[in-house]
Amino acid sequence: MSLRSPIGRVLGLGAAKQGFAHWWAQRVTSVALLLLGLWFVASLLRMPGFGYEVVVTWIAMPLNAVLLLLLIASLVYHSQLGVQVVVEDYVHHHGLKIATMMLLTFAHVVVAALAVFAVLRIAFSGVA
Amino acid sequence: MESSSTRKRPLSPFLTVYRWQYTMALSILHRVTGCALSVGLLLFAYWLVAVASGRSMYYEARDFFAHPLVRVMLIGFSFAFFYHLLNGVRHMTWDTGHGLERKSARLSGWIVFLGAVATTALFWLLIARRFGGAA
Repeated sequence: MSLRSPIGRVLGLGAAKQGFAHWWAQRVTSVALLLLGLWFVASLLRMPGFGYEVVVTWIAMPLNAVLLLLLIASLVYHSQLGVQVVVEDYVHHHGLKIATMMLLTFAHVVVAALAVFAVLRIAFSGVA
Repeated sequence: MESSSTRKRPLSPFLTVYRWQYTMALSILHRVTGCALSVGLLLFAYWLVAVASGRSMYYEARDFFAHPLVRVMLIGFSFAFFYHLLNGVRHMTWDTGHGLERKSARLSGWIVFLGAVATTALFWLLIARRFGGAA
């Protein structure tokens, strides 16, 4: 006989009420980063050069700009999911854990906003 | 009565109770490279923001990335990238239930580590061949 309630069994979330979503998001962003990461590495190797005009022109190309935005989004999300686990494992003091996690979340949001804005600005205004 | 959070509960076996094996080092390295790449993300963002800030900021950033010490750091980040990527594939293979036997887990560990070293070397070799000292 199971002591779990029928609704608990149906939801399948366990005692912590979460976990699978985190785990799954990590896998999805992993696969995305596998593809986008290899694309970015290949792009660096195929770049005609690293002069200012060349780089701006490359980033401003629609396909490159969009893939860069997706790369930034996946990187930041994956990084956030990863450092969250590290903080949960090693920061034991409850208040410090929450403060660290909030600080890291802010840092990730700021980095994402800066990087996304940079790509959009290059894509829409070109060589300054 | 003690609250559940202050009571001494038995902990699950941690690193210190196990005999050292290189697969452990590889597992720790996955986490270490992951954290390193989170820091590397700052450099990636810096590069993009520099390009968006105009010519002089971009060339300032390019000089920064060309500095020998930063170059060594970049080689480290690229190794972290390739290792984390290859070992990530190893992890996701395990998620499917394959490759978990001791023999294959050890073999894949070696493949991933040496693969990451080789890919890093190849990447910088190609960079050097294509761009010389100018990149």
